[in-house]
Amino acid sequence: MHITKLLRRREIVLVALIVILSVATHALNPNFLSLENITDLLKSFTVLGIFSLGVVMVIVSGGFDVSFTAIAQVVQYAVVALFIHTGGGNIYFAVAVAIVFGTLLGLANGAIIHYYRMPAIIVTIATQSLYYGIMYVITQGQLIYDIPGFFWEFADARVGNFTGAHGGSFGLSLPTFLWFILGVILFFFLSYTKLGRSVYASGGNRISAERIGFNLARTTLFVYGAMGAIAAFASIVHVSLVQAVIPNSIVGSEMQVIAAVVLGGASVTGGRGTVLGTFLGVLVFAILSNSLTLLKISSYYYDVFTGLIILVSITANAIQVKRQKSQRIRVQIDEEHEAAKVGAAY
Amino acid sequence: MNFIDAKQVVKNFGGVQALKGVDFTVETGEIMGLIGENGCGKSTLMKIISGVYQPDSGTLEIAGKRIEQNNPFEAIRLGVSVIYQDLSLFPNLTVIENICLGPIIGDDSFFSRQGRYRDKALAILRDLGVDINPEDLLEDLPIAKQQLVAIARALANDSKLLILDEPTTALTRREIVQLFGLLGDLKQRGLSFIFISHKLGEIVEICDRLTIMRDGLVVGIERVADLTIDKIESTMLGRSLEFRKKTTSYASGEPVLQVENLSKKNHFRDVSFSLRAGEILGISGLLGSGRTELASALFGIGPADSGRITIRGQAAAIRRVGDSIRRGVAYVPEDRLTQGLVLNHSIENNIAVATLDKYLNPLRLLDFRKMKSEVGRWIESLRIKTDDGRKAANTLSGGNQQKIVIAKWLAMNPSVLILDGPTVGIDVGAKSAIYETIEQNARDGMAVIIISDEIPELLANCDRILVMGGGRVTGEVAAAEASEEKLQEMMERLPVSQRR
Repeated sequence: MHITKLLRRREIVLVALIVILSVATHALNPNFLSLENITDLLKSFTVLGIFSLGVVMVIVSGGFDVSFTAIAQVVQYAVVALFIHTGGGNIYFAVAVAIVFGTLLGLANGAIIHYYRMPAIIVTIATQSLYYGIMYVITQGQLIYDIPGFFWEFADARVGNFTGAHGGSFGLSLPTFLWFILGVILFFFLSYTKLGRSVYASGGNRISAERIGFNLARTTLFVYGAMGAIAAFASIVHVSLVQAVIPNSIVGSEMQVIAAVVLGGASVTGGRGTVLGTFLGVLVFAILSNSLTLLKISSYYYDVFTGLIILVSITANAIQVKRQKSQRIRVQIDEEHEAAKVGAAY
Repeated sequence: MNFIDAKQVVKNFGGVQALKGVDFTVETGEIMGLIGENGCGKSTLMKIISGVYQPDSGTLEIAGKRIEQNNPFEAIRLGVSVIYQDLSLFPNLTVIENICLGPIIGDDSFFSRQGRYRDKALAILRDLGVDINPEDLLEDLPIAKQQLVAIARALANDSKLLILDEPTTALTRREIVQLFGLLGDLKQRGLSFIFISHKLGEIVEICDRLTIMRDGLVVGIERVADLTIDKIESTMLGRSLEFRKKTTSYASGEPVLQVENLSKKNHFRDVSFSLRAGEILGISGLLGSGRTELASALFGIGPADSGRITIRGQAAAIRRVGDSIRRGVAYVPEDRLTQGLVLNHSIENNIAVATLDKYLNPLRLLDFRKMKSEVGRWIESLRIKTDDGRKAANTLSGGNQQKIVIAKWLAMNPSVLILDGPTVGIDVGAKSAIYETIEQNARDGMAVIIISDEIPELLANCDRILVMGGGRVTGEVAAAEASEEKLQEMMERLPVSQRR
């Protein structure tokens, strides 16, 4: 691939950014690039990372979703309350129940968006309030501390266990590992299955996708249903890590997730976005937050960064599209001159 | 043998009869032209053939089979493909996927096996004699190649009949010649085409037979060899349209607009010309010659980097749109749908929107009666076909929508009117109404610039024609001394020094 073409790829830029940020942070804190810190950092960004996998798919399909945090919150509350009420259960069962519930809430979004031809952002702003509001009405916002033990075990499980230089043990946490697995599955799904390609096609040119025979009802319902399922899974990871149900701890983080996804190269107008780019976008956020903490900068700046990143990414997208357009015109002029010269030679 | 055989097809929408008993045939291996004014029923007929609509009565045979229940997928299965004007492709997918998406969807597999279809896509492209890398993203290709991908896609669906809807609108003359060569080859192999176009010259060039429609009826089916352009026009309109070369000039007095050494990086360079009151200046050039960018610069949409613009003797710095409007410059853009009209607003509001100041009463509130009477005058003088100015603009045909855009700017009473592609994609009847309006206003002293691809249009309406190429003015000729051949040759000639 040509070098300038390579540079235009978002992933390359992000890798460079990650290297620079890591080296800079490492200079501030020599512990930063230790395996302990990296695995810890990944663990604390696992929830955001899992969310981002659903969000990138929704955005690629030409849709939008801000309700996924509310879905996660509602599902989390319901599942934990259910298992406390019935006693017993295990993590597999909890995940399964959560996914069924989350899928239903996501499908409701998808159905409204598709069948009533409503703008996704409006619909999901409404359902975010609706889902979250209903939960508050029923639960009165009570916190739950005594969550079943299997959640704790899930959060503490590790894939690979090592002893660090200072004697502490560390390893890739199971939730982080599952995040990666989910990412790989999503990558193959989006690249190599018909349903996955229909997600790209409907984001690229919706009318054409319909004309050529894609079942857009199925694509839309699938995308929002899967978003709900992924949000539900993330909510189980969240409660396992936080070890309590705090009803206002997830809603409000949706902009951060969306920022990571657009930073990863997804275009809010649809059709563009990759799993790898999204993963790198999440990494940038993780490193940035870590260095803010190290620099003792107030966490409020985090929101400023989130807003800036969304704005800058969207602007960068727009500029790129504009430049490509004007390049195309110039290429066309060049070709015409070429052809005219050839014609003149005859 | 007839590939398509439609008999006595009738289609009603509400109380409107769009097709009043139409007979239409396409033989295997022929290119059938289809022409008619907007609203004559040709798109309805195409939608019946491609399965989008069901006829109310009449019969349809495709490939010798009587079709009882048509739908878009059934039509594709029977070999009917429509290549829409917007091509209907996916910019973010690869060429392989764009070509083979139909077969990929039809495949039983859960997976999208691009590798398997790579050879097929490549074979089709090679067969068409085009050099496109199948792994490229579609958006990286120029528009002419994208069109070839659209044709390749139809072939991948084993199409026997391609319906081409205005396929040459975005192409340069050279690309059109290539496309026509390709259509000729495919015809030899037994493919059939329906070629829909407003460009009569192209119809005569490429089609074997021509079906002419008017008011929901077929008014002529002829071998193209037996037709002349005049005959086609008069059949289409039901009356004869005189196409003349402009002879009388209303140019008088000092220049209204003077442009000296106007340049804009990467777009145009050292453009100079002047324009007198009542004069009509034509600007032509291939796509990408800088002509549209020049017009945008004069109106302030994409201001020039250097050079001087003088309007009515005063130096005019045009940095934004307000600067030009204040000095009496009006601009009717090429793309009326996105730039010129609020489609779901009323005809009246669309015409009045640029001149609301004129309809204020002493309280500085809108005087609707005044507005209505003024707007009514424009509807009448431009012959906009509507029974009620309160109807939405999108209830009208393309030609009538264009008249609204022109009326909006004429209502401002500008001293310089710039029209970019004023008759692209509109029918002959609406064209002549627009030409008459332009001439009428020139007679009253308005200076007019017409930017157009259609040389006969420039010859018929302009006093002088400026030819652009590669961002420079490459020639200028008085209409009286110009001919179609001469202008064509000037357009393809390069500027003397071609630097970037």
